[in-house]
Order: sequence, then structure tokens, then C-alpha cells
Amino acid sequence: MSIKVSTRQVDGIVILDLSGRITLGEGSVTVRDAIRDLLNKGEKYILLNLGDVSYMDSSGLGELVSAYTSVKNAGGELKLLNLTKKVKDLLQITKLYTVFDVKDDEASAVASFSK
Amino acid sequence: MNESITGRQTLTLPSTLDTVDRMEQEAEKFASDHGFDEDDAANIAMAVREATVNAVLHGNTYSRDKQVHASLEASASDMTIRIADEGTGFNAAVLPDPLLPENILRGSGRGVFLMRALMDEVHFRQLTPGTELTMIKHRTTGPLNP
Repeated sequence: MSIKVSTRQVDGIVILDLSGRITLGEGSVTVRDAIRDLLNKGEKYILLNLGDVSYMDSSGLGELVSAYTSVKNAGGELKLLNLTKKVKDLLQITKLYTVFDVKDDEASAVASFSK
Repeated sequence: MNESITGRQTLTLPSTLDTVDRMEQEAEKFASDHGFDEDDAANIAMAVREATVNAVLHGNTYSRDKQVHASLEASASDMTIRIADEGTGFNAAVLPDPLLPENILRGSGRGVFLMRALMDEVHFRQLTPGTELTMIKHRTTGPLNP
């Protein structure tokens, strides 16, 4: 029901593979903790792979925005990869689609970071 | 109006996160059972989730002494959801617009906006105490058994 997170590195970029639901409570907290842990380790070029995120509520959207701001304030970049239709629709309704750098191919997404 | 009602369900639930998940599931099942298509049922479920979050979190502030009162009602033309909390009330008219540039990067404040985007009508009414939210979704497809 909630979210699973796994982390891998590709060419100096951290890819967070998320699966499940990002909603108020455990889902949002898990994403927040994962981003905070990466920033504490000095990892500030982060690609969030949302390909297996089936659902997100306003709390999940807020968590993505907070992650984006935290990473940007740390001098890094946070980008989104592989949005499902539901999540893409939500980002478009809330005009957040224009805020995030959204990618649909992992290799080109990794290469796009200005690291 | 009452003679056209084809189904009704009422729930009184505690102010917990489990109630948020329960209401979302109940609303999606009720909408599907009463002939709303998959997209409409999903939109109704998400709006109900957001409304219940507000009732549990902002209205009742997770208080064990306060309940969330909900009704789901289907008719030949629409589905009406009412969700009431027992909190101190709030004024929806003064909510910041989350689409404005100065608000777009806020980490919260999109719940009511999403409800209005996903449903056809959203109304707030002050209770003593509490707030009652009414949301209506009109049918775009026919009822299950017209």
C-alpha cells in the first residue's frame, strides 16, 4: 500500500527508484527521509524514478516540491523520471509540471545534469 | 430530490490516517457500484481522500474525542459526498491560490484546489462546531441500471 525506495548510482547521479503510493503519512515521510539522507551524505544530483508510483495525493505532491526546494537550496538538481499518467495529470493540474524537469529516458536524464 | 436517490451510505469514523484510507476506498467502491466509470471513480476517491485529510488533520486535529461524519449518495444524475468534522471551522474563501507564482513552491495547500479540480461542485458550510464539505460529481455516463 505504501512506498518502497531503492537507491542506485549511475555516472555520479543518484537514482531513487520509488514504487507504490506517495500519500500523507508513511509514503511522504519515506520520501522526505530518503532525500534528507542523500543530502546529508553530500549527494545532491538526484533523479526520482516515479515509473512505479501508482498514486500520489496533495501531501505527496507537497513532498516532491519540498524535495525539489531542499536539493536546489543545497546547490544540486532534482529531476523526475517516468511519470505515470495519473501523476503526470496531477502535476499538470497543479502547474508543477512546469516547475520540474521531467524526463522519460533514464540515460538522457542522467546525461542532462549540469554536474 | 429524495425520490431520485439510488443508493446511500453513511459512516462515522475516528480521526485517524486509517480513516483517510478507508474513506478513499469506500468512495471509489460506491462510485463504481453506482455506475461511474473508472476515471470518475478514481477522481471521486481522490477528492474524498483530500477532504478526509482536511477533516482528520485540520478539522479534528487527530483528536480521539472527535469523529468524521460522512455520507455518500447516488442519484440518476450525480453522486453527492458530505464530510463533516467537529473542529473549529475554517474559511475556504481565504485559502491562497496554489497556482500563483509566489505559492507554487509551497509544500502544502493544494488539497481544496484538487477537490475543486476533480469534482463538479464543492461547497463548505460552517457547523457548530465543525465544517461540512459537500462535493458533487455529475454523471458523464449513464447509471449502472438506468
